[in-house]
Amino acid sequence: MSPSDEPAIVTRGLTKRFSSGQVAVDGIDLHVPAGAVYGFLGPNGSGKTTTIRMLLGLVRPTAGEVSVLGAPMPAAAHRVLGPVGALVEGPAFQPYLTGRENLVRMDACDPSADPATRDARLDRALGRVGLGAAAGKRYRQYSLGMKQRLGLAGALLRPRRLLVLDEPTNGLDPQGTREVRHLVRELAGEGTTVLVSSHLLAEIDQVCTHLGIMSAGRLVLQGERASLAEHRTVRVRATVRPHQVQAATSVLTGLGLEQVGVEGDEVVALLGTVDPAAVSAALVHAGLDLLGLQVLAPTLEQVFVELTGEGFDVAR
Amino acid sequence: MSPADTTPVGTAPDSATPGNATPHATAPVLAAPAVDGPATTERWEPRRGSFGRLVRAELRLVLGRRRNQVLVAGLGLVPLLLGLVLFFTQHSELGTQGPGFIAQATQNGLFLVIASLFLCLPFLLPLTIAIGSGDAVAGEASAGTLRYLLLLPVDRTRLLAAKAVGALTFAAVAVLAIATVGLIAGGVLFGLRDVVLLSGTTVPLADGLLRVAGVVAYIGMSLTGLVAVGLFFSTLTEVPVAAMAATVVVSVVSAVLDSLGALSAIHPYLLTHHWFDFAELLRLQVDWGTIGAGVWVQAAWVIVFGAAAWARFTQADITS
Repeated sequence: MSPSDEPAIVTRGLTKRFSSGQVAVDGIDLHVPAGAVYGFLGPNGSGKTTTIRMLLGLVRPTAGEVSVLGAPMPAAAHRVLGPVGALVEGPAFQPYLTGRENLVRMDACDPSADPATRDARLDRALGRVGLGAAAGKRYRQYSLGMKQRLGLAGALLRPRRLLVLDEPTNGLDPQGTREVRHLVRELAGEGTTVLVSSHLLAEIDQVCTHLGIMSAGRLVLQGERASLAEHRTVRVRATVRPHQVQAATSVLTGLGLEQVGVEGDEVVALLGTVDPAAVSAALVHAGLDLLGLQVLAPTLEQVFVELTGEGFDVAR
Repeated sequence: MSPADTTPVGTAPDSATPGNATPHATAPVLAAPAVDGPATTERWEPRRGSFGRLVRAELRLVLGRRRNQVLVAGLGLVPLLLGLVLFFTQHSELGTQGPGFIAQATQNGLFLVIASLFLCLPFLLPLTIAIGSGDAVAGEASAGTLRYLLLLPVDRTRLLAAKAVGALTFAAVAVLAIATVGLIAGGVLFGLRDVVLLSGTTVPLADGLLRVAGVVAYIGMSLTGLVAVGLFFSTLTEVPVAAMAATVVVSVVSAVLDSLGALSAIHPYLLTHHWFDFAELLRLQVDWGTIGAGVWVQAAWVIVFGAAAWARFTQADITS
């Protein structure tokens, strides 16, 4: 059994139509390579959570296939889910038990967990999420951030091959968000495949090796993060003296740049495949005073917004 | 699974996870390829005794819950209050009134057990059982903990079985609480004597105790059908109160139908029809046919609703 070459998650034509007739997920082909940190993005209501529930065997697909760690879901759920840790739609624990008691109960219910190593594993998981000190408090009294941390600790009670983290930074302050990013990096470094969903690209952009973007039940974009960056439309902005703007425009047009336009004292154009150094050289060569040259790569955020639409409207 | 997968993790989990070596670790870094992940040395097959641990965790949850403890304590108050009322009114006009079991309690404390169960059986016990069994699955669903149990992964059939054990245990504890407090209060207030049976014969105290134990067991058995009904409703909803209410309604409707003479054809199959047949155990010659009919009806309800709960729960989409 070599888990290294087979993808951690593959779906084909995965579809979920609820009995209400609503199509939450519409024929998506997900591909999460082993060892990847897969950023699963999309606005609220785009079908991320329903997809994750189908990956984990909680919800039966209407159509399509799911394979997790090489085995079909949900048929093989009892064999597959052991080495899979998950945080789905927020943490959930018994409110009247303490954080630690909740983890003890969880571990006692885990059919393959070794009771002899329980305390050590609990301490380590609580320590990893920075909850060691608050473990004796009742879950009811936890803040949203502490609840989220306990949920993460639950997912980390055992060493995992695959972690599925649905909106793991919900309710966390910026410091907590950084800690989660750090934790994801650390786990990925240990060889764990991580699928992390979010409606906020900025939160997970920095840790992902792969990205998949959902919009209205469809997977609109998927691939390595680096290759997605190539799709970006990079622009160049040159600042010259006001009376030189016209001359600069013709220089850029002469270089073969498209969509050349003027914004005040600045000339803006699509860079395309032209080297920015060639742009500055051409402007200087034409005898213009080049006061500034900026290369404007859109953030992934802008790509994301372009694909999924903007604003607070939930997709459905 | 390769042989390496069955190696149990040592007492120091840190050392068993390659790629996680801390700077001060003295052990040489293992040559395991990092891409194999940290989980390949872990054992993922169910361990021996895992179902027992699941059931114990469930029992701790059910019996350790404050609400359930309050319910059981409340039921325990019934024989205590009934005993005190009878004690202070036994020489008055009131003391000789009321159904047979209740009047008899002042003669023999053993009958306080029977009288208390008789009072609780129509409503308080069904209510308690509805709360326990209706909450079993729906409570976890509404708290969201159900999805995490299934992700461990706990097999759905096993989880339902553990929930059934928990709900049945809670029902047994409820009945035993009434019986135990009734026996103690009855013994202290009225004394335990030889028992005068319904047929007028007197039997020794030991025989009487055995018969009362039989009554307690029969009543506990009579409630298993309702536990199965509650468990089934519990798999239908994410709202525990809805499952509890529906379960109570079933027991009330059954009792109402049982009182309508026009429906006598269906009476023998009603959930509550045989509940009060426990009195059979207080006759000199117990008609085991009557007791057996009660057992069979409960068995049928348990099988039908247990199967329905299983069919529903093993197929259900968990969207909570």
